[in-house]
Amino acid sequence: MAKAHVYKRDHINTDEIMPARYLNTDDRAELAKHCLEDLDSDFVNKVEAGDCIVAGEDFGCGSSREHAVWAIRTVGVQTVIAKSFARIFYRNAINNGFYLIELPAALEKISDGDELEIDYKNGLIKNKTAGIDIKFNPLPDFALEIINAGGLLNHITTKMK
Amino acid sequence: MAMTITEKILAKAAGKDKVVPDQLINANIDIIMCHDVTTPPAISMLAEKAIDKVFDREKIVVTPDHFQPAKDIKSAELHKRLDDWAKRHNIKHYYKLGRAGVCHALLPEQGHIRPGEVIIGGDSHTCTYGAFAAFSTGVGSTDLAAALATGELWFKVPASIKFVLAGSLSHGVYSKDVILAVIARIGVDGALYRAMEFVGPALAEMSMEARMTITNMAIEAGAKNGIIGFDNVTKQYLDEHLKDKTDYTVYESDDDAEYISVEQFDCAEIEPMVALPHLPSGGVPITECAGKAMDQAYIGSCTNGRIEDLRIAAKIFKGKQAAIRTLIVPATPVIWKQAKDEGLFDIFYDAGCVISAPTCGACLGGFMGILAAGEKCISTTNRNFVGRMGSPKSEVYLASPATAAASAIEGKLTDPRGYI
Repeated sequence: MAKAHVYKRDHINTDEIMPARYLNTDDRAELAKHCLEDLDSDFVNKVEAGDCIVAGEDFGCGSSREHAVWAIRTVGVQTVIAKSFARIFYRNAINNGFYLIELPAALEKISDGDELEIDYKNGLIKNKTAGIDIKFNPLPDFALEIINAGGLLNHITTKMK
Repeated sequence: MAMTITEKILAKAAGKDKVVPDQLINANIDIIMCHDVTTPPAISMLAEKAIDKVFDREKIVVTPDHFQPAKDIKSAELHKRLDDWAKRHNIKHYYKLGRAGVCHALLPEQGHIRPGEVIIGGDSHTCTYGAFAAFSTGVGSTDLAAALATGELWFKVPASIKFVLAGSLSHGVYSKDVILAVIARIGVDGALYRAMEFVGPALAEMSMEARMTITNMAIEAGAKNGIIGFDNVTKQYLDEHLKDKTDYTVYESDDDAEYISVEQFDCAEIEPMVALPHLPSGGVPITECAGKAMDQAYIGSCTNGRIEDLRIAAKIFKGKQAAIRTLIVPATPVIWKQAKDEGLFDIFYDAGCVISAPTCGACLGGFMGILAAGEKCISTTNRNFVGRMGSPKSEVYLASPATAAASAIEGKLTDPRGYI
């Protein structure tokens, strides 16, 4: 079961997710301490392993820093559900084997604190709190191939061998 | 079948006769740009996979810039990892402190950008190089690692939006004002996943430096790349800057190429623009926001830290005093020396500005001019996100070097047209 942390905001950028003042390291545990700090300084205290982030349009815009994806993963977030994603963040997530859910109705169907159960294979979110099923389009095959390999580097090293 | 310039370059890089929007391709990469924040993690990823090679030591350009010179022990360690790796692989184009500069100003200046090529960099503003009729896009560390090892990368071919820049810029209006006006109209995701292709007579009147300011900010509209076709201005810059490899292929969009949309701008109507906090799309004409008090002015970055920008600022500062603390950050050592040799440093010194070593510095809130809570900065940089230049409670206002200089003198947002 995943608890939803809902941010009714568009354009949540990678500076808010992982402020540049902490980019003098790439130590993931260190980065994770500051995850979403400039958006919600209490997030790291509330989040539990398996939770989800839910947001509006263009999530992850701005800097290409993959540190944003690492921080979100390291605090244990299982997926980000957003109305849409910025291009580089989307790529970075797939390249890390991290599943993103694009859901235009994200903010209408999911409220802060809702308990979700996600069936990635069939593209279904069961919102247990609201008592509704929400369908989503699973990621395209090429992305799944990379995710199932555990990320782009695993994917290419398998091919290189 | 007709193709855009972006499609033609990607087709060539993928070894295909034709590509169409949304097609997945594997493209050969011509140049990879590496800096101190995103490359060290890529190096570690490769080490974890026991890959200790690079695809071509001559096609990689390394320049620490974000926290350069090292601002603290942690960033010094990032630099050391980058240095060890660059030396171990005998990277041909490795710019160390003294020759290192803000990457997107440095690579064209040092002759690493050629038309028709595919360039990636571990930095979102890698789209800058599209000003040279090249395909250029920013990636994260994993993409960087994969490309460093293999020399290729997967791409989804972007559909193109055409931006027609008609008319001539008015006095006191610059390419920064144009791109702020574009982003104000279409929004920070107005070109999400798209190629932004800029055409039109206003471009013909712009130098390569001015054009780079436009393509630099394509990412601020969510674009995959920004691109400008080749002309005599491009050729002249390349003639002066290309060194070891001077041949290149010029591609241009077919007349009947398909665009997902076309946006028209009459550049004569554009006024000096200021993007208000906290999105680059917050642009309004200076006439609508003049008078707002500022605490700092910052003139530099990959957007507006080139010699032309410093000349514009110096012209305004000449014989005047900055009323607020003002940082001048030449983007590369060559620009720094040019500015010194042209006497611009004297003007900046006399005006009470401080001149920094080349660095990304405070643009991304790294160091060298960080804002306290409640402070406001007029800046020639590219992002005004929450906390971008320091405290999450500070504010960044984006503008041209002319508007930043005039505002520095007055200590408040000021129309530069009264100063030139």
